[in-house]
Amino acid sequence: MAPGEIFGLVGPDGAGKTTTLRLLANLLDASAGQALVAGYDVARHPDAVRDRIGYMAQRFGLYPDLTVEENMVFYADLFGIDRTERERLMPRLLEMTRMAPFMKRQAGRLSGGMKQKLALMCTLLHHPRILLLDEPTNGVDPVSRRDFWQILTGLVKDGLTVLVTTAYLDEAERCGRVGLLHNGRLIRCDTPEALKKGMEETCYEVVCEDQRRVRAALERVEGVMSVAPAGARLHMFLRPGASVGAVRERVPACAVREIVPSLEDVFIGLIRKESR
Amino acid sequence: MKAVEVDNLTKRFGQFVAVDQVSLSVEQGEIFGFLGPNGAGKSTTIRILCGLLSPTSGRATVNGFDVAAQSEQVKQNIGYMSQKFSLYDDLAVEENIEFFGGIYGVPAAEREERKRYVMRMAGLEDKGGMPTRLLPGGWKQRLALGCAVLHRPPILFLDEPTSGVDPIARREFWDLIYQFSEAGQTVFVTTHYMEEAEYCHRLALMYRGKVIALGTPQELKRQAGLPSMEQVFVEMIEREEAGA
Repeated sequence: MAPGEIFGLVGPDGAGKTTTLRLLANLLDASAGQALVAGYDVARHPDAVRDRIGYMAQRFGLYPDLTVEENMVFYADLFGIDRTERERLMPRLLEMTRMAPFMKRQAGRLSGGMKQKLALMCTLLHHPRILLLDEPTNGVDPVSRRDFWQILTGLVKDGLTVLVTTAYLDEAERCGRVGLLHNGRLIRCDTPEALKKGMEETCYEVVCEDQRRVRAALERVEGVMSVAPAGARLHMFLRPGASVGAVRERVPACAVREIVPSLEDVFIGLIRKESR
Repeated sequence: MKAVEVDNLTKRFGQFVAVDQVSLSVEQGEIFGFLGPNGAGKSTTIRILCGLLSPTSGRATVNGFDVAAQSEQVKQNIGYMSQKFSLYDDLAVEENIEFFGGIYGVPAAEREERKRYVMRMAGLEDKGGMPTRLLPGGWKQRLALGCAVLHRPPILFLDEPTSGVDPIARREFWDLIYQFSEAGQTVFVTTHYMEEAEYCHRLALMYRGKVIALGTPQELKRQAGLPSMEQVFVEMIEREEAGA
């Protein structure tokens, strides 16, 4: 990863995403191989690495009975940040995350989205250059999720490097590059655009009323590899060289058009191929 | 008989009104989506409907049973998958299934078959002996769903069943939800993923304890003049917050 990059690590449950982050944060020892973070070997210079990274685990250790402010002061102390620096930094972080009005609220009484913002602030207090975020938006509502990603985009503009894992491929679309892990191996690593262009099959969007019935009908058409719901529509993959004519004949009432697949389509297609 | 009938349901915690005069009803076999920001009152409502919390006022029935007066009968008619896993971390995968089979009263003759069904459904066939705490988050979710449906309850309450689950497993979850619904089971589900909201038959959007919108995804999108539920959700919540 280059400095200032936002890199998304995706993959099925159990693919090795969390383990990879833990290795980079030096919370686990590698069995073999080497990792450099900010130029330092993770195994040989753990202190130098720790000073330069902000690691936000899936269950970040907030103290529920401390307020937002008290949690931040606690983490600032833990990282050895002096009072002047802390007092300079905290208002900026609170403003950036729009958390200032909740400064006196106990962490245990925050909503899921606000807890994640607080955890992020605590992670940022010691000026890390690289952020390692493990599924930071799990269980967070759409409005808060959008806020969280706006904050990340702002941080990257200020020069931070972000490595984020996510189960949600619409979030991976926002990353500069995406790595796809499967059974512990990195099976693809590229920009979202290049990953989509790399698909051999053609992707079509099918707009219809009765999704379940249409899906079952399409799955029996020659040349159709897969059909899956994508929100209110269906996304269908045709084998290379197959004609869409037979599809249009089978479901004449539906609007069928070729589209660029979503990253989720690409992900599912690749994992299915690997698992075969 | 409606699967779920809620009439002016209210729950207060001290001064805080977590659920504020909510009324709605859910048909048998319906997939009913319950949306809203974190802290809107969705989980509290579900806990009341599962007979785990008593309402401050108002009334609710589940499969015809009153949630306050007949909470034991309610519990026998539902499967509940909570946000925080109800699984025992130090038990093996198979032991968790056996344990829940026991407390849900699955007849002894069916237990083995139901256990195999759950292991297959969750994709855990070769993980039966693994301590549950070692399962990745998404697999735990699948196991928790399996344990909630072991006894074939007529009504399922799923509280964020797909949070942190990978896209493939999420699609499988929704295929299962459709199968449950086609078999006549009612599914009451919360989600933060608006793509999944599109898969529900009807939706209720909750904000600060109140239901602020109720209808099919098509109706809600048409009323708002917006093409996706994601946009409808963001717009409605922002409008409420600007007004508040």
